[in-house]
Amino acid sequence: MKKTPGQIDMPSKDTLLALYLSMLRIRLFEEKIVALYPEQEMKCPVHLCIGQEAIAAGVCLNLKKEDYVFSNHRGHGHALAKGARMAPLLAEFYGKTTGCSKGRGGSMHIIDVENGVLGTSAIVGGGIPMGVGAALASKMKREDRVTVIFFGDGASEEGVFYESFNFAALKKLPVVFMCENNFYATNSPQDARQAVCKIASSAAAFDAHGVCIDGNDVVEVYKASKTAITRARSGKGPSLIEAKTYRWKGHVGPEADYEKGCRPKEELVEWIEKCPLKAFKSYLVDNGVFLPEGLEKAAKGINKELTEAVRFAKDSPYPQASELLNHVYAPSRSSSGL
Amino acid sequence: MPWTKIYGNRTEFEKAGGERAGLRGLTYKDALLEAATQMLETDDRVMILGEGVDDAGGVFGTTKDLHKKFGRGRVMDTPLAENALTGVALGAAIAGMRPIFVHMRVDFLPLTMDQIMNHAAKWHYMFGGAVCVPLTVRSIIGRGWGSAAQHSQSLQAVFAHIPGLKVVMPANPYDAKGLLRASVYDGNPVIFIEHRWLYEHMGHVPKEAYTVPLGKGIVRRKGGDVTIVALSLMVFEAMQAADILSKDGIEAEVIDLRTVKPMDKKLILESLMKTGRLVVADTGWMDCGVGAEVAATAAEDGFSCLKAPVIRIALPECPTPAGHVLEKEFYPGKDRIVEAVKKTLALK
Repeated sequence: MKKTPGQIDMPSKDTLLALYLSMLRIRLFEEKIVALYPEQEMKCPVHLCIGQEAIAAGVCLNLKKEDYVFSNHRGHGHALAKGARMAPLLAEFYGKTTGCSKGRGGSMHIIDVENGVLGTSAIVGGGIPMGVGAALASKMKREDRVTVIFFGDGASEEGVFYESFNFAALKKLPVVFMCENNFYATNSPQDARQAVCKIASSAAAFDAHGVCIDGNDVVEVYKASKTAITRARSGKGPSLIEAKTYRWKGHVGPEADYEKGCRPKEELVEWIEKCPLKAFKSYLVDNGVFLPEGLEKAAKGINKELTEAVRFAKDSPYPQASELLNHVYAPSRSSSGL
Repeated sequence: MPWTKIYGNRTEFEKAGGERAGLRGLTYKDALLEAATQMLETDDRVMILGEGVDDAGGVFGTTKDLHKKFGRGRVMDTPLAENALTGVALGAAIAGMRPIFVHMRVDFLPLTMDQIMNHAAKWHYMFGGAVCVPLTVRSIIGRGWGSAAQHSQSLQAVFAHIPGLKVVMPANPYDAKGLLRASVYDGNPVIFIEHRWLYEHMGHVPKEAYTVPLGKGIVRRKGGDVTIVALSLMVFEAMQAADILSKDGIEAEVIDLRTVKPMDKKLILESLMKTGRLVVADTGWMDCGVGAEVAATAAEDGFSCLKAPVIRIALPECPTPAGHVLEKEFYPGKDRIVEAVKKTLALK
């Protein structure tokens, strides 16, 4: 591939492998939930991102540990791609005290402060202004930090999205608005909700960078987000990336939507054909970047982590009833450091 | 203590001795400005944002010229996007800042409810205490001159209903300064509600920085016949009512809640044990209001000391009218408190 000005080279072999493993790790994690969910030990709603893995993987590989990520109810993939370990996430879904939110958040509310995941909101669009605020804090503190906000096509209809984008553009904040357009808000299709189905074009109204990409092409996601993140880091303000993708499972739960009559089965079949993981694996093997055995060997660690995470989640204790009221308020610090 | 006194205006303040050695007088609004100034001077994490915080008036004087001293990077005018900007302040708070988001009217807070109620209030608990939310939201209750239904609301009960929030309502200049500092440093989301009619009230305010603890009420006046629990501007009304009652030989104990949530129920019950009679004077509406919470506290934990039913004084169940005749009818004041106290004393 020839390098032209303004374009990014094909990622290195190491990066390609990392992209593959990150996607695979999310896929296997989500598939494990599908397998375990019928046991009914995981007593919380789960919003799975199978089919959408390329976006989380492609974006987060461009981020440093200290960069921030804000996400939503469908946030497992974002947290995992940003570096979260599987064990505290799974334990959280089981309501255990060892969960990332000490059994108070469930699957919709995960956090990993050490890796810059500052929490996920289950109110559509709710995390968007918070991400902008974190970016504002980074700028005020002169930190070299970028914030990426993941949200769906539904959130792009919320007023708070436009309010937040305006402010981010106004203050030229180091933030990337990463819209995962899977064409459905629960069961409502995009064209039943949006006058113009061109989410990325909203950026133009704020004189900001906006681009629409194939969200199932992990290399395209990687490149587009690298451009946006580099812009953010160099003080050029926010970008809006609309990545088109498809959710294989229902809005919530491990079943597929066609099983409930919410959308045609043919549509799902068509998108399964466009599986981001399968497509990328074929690309790597067909082009001789990796041998299939090489990829399988590299993936062994993921299976090990997953097995241990399930054991950890199942074996961990539940919180005591007496802990119910803990953490409603932080200990009052009004008298310290004054 | 001199700073616990309630003075309506400069004349009353001067009459009571005014400034004396080591005791400086300051208005409520200047006390708020001084608290903000001192925090901005000493702590880079503190920032102020809100519509018009850097305009010539500076939110009725409470942020006046702060942008000149500290720059517009820290004292920031904002777009009219109350919900997003609350989220921005919240995001900045969990990323290490201590924002103060200022609204000229309480009535603009309903626009922020998603970020306050669904996010700020829950971000500590929902993640098992992984992050703190040191966010202070200031807003001002308006009243009079035809402010009408959307520039006069007193919505403390709405916020006090939500676990995870604290709700603070200072009634005098000393508390305005000390409670604002305590709110900013509390580490939790605090809804800080001021009253526009208190802005010119005078009181003793120390020059140095100090905090007034959240969750602690104060006895403004001691008395053994009846307990009047009040907040914000109604403390001023209650103090005047107590003076009137005293002339009739009735000694009212006046409690200023200062913080609506968490409420200092212990202080209320201690007073009730002494007086056995309770009148609550709120700036908000009656149904499911702060008065209801105080009355429920008495019913649940102080029932055996009650000698008479509790009487609540609150706004009538209608939006605020604009016309001055109806507006005068709308707001209860000292006379209604006097009447209520006499009624409760007559009841067995």
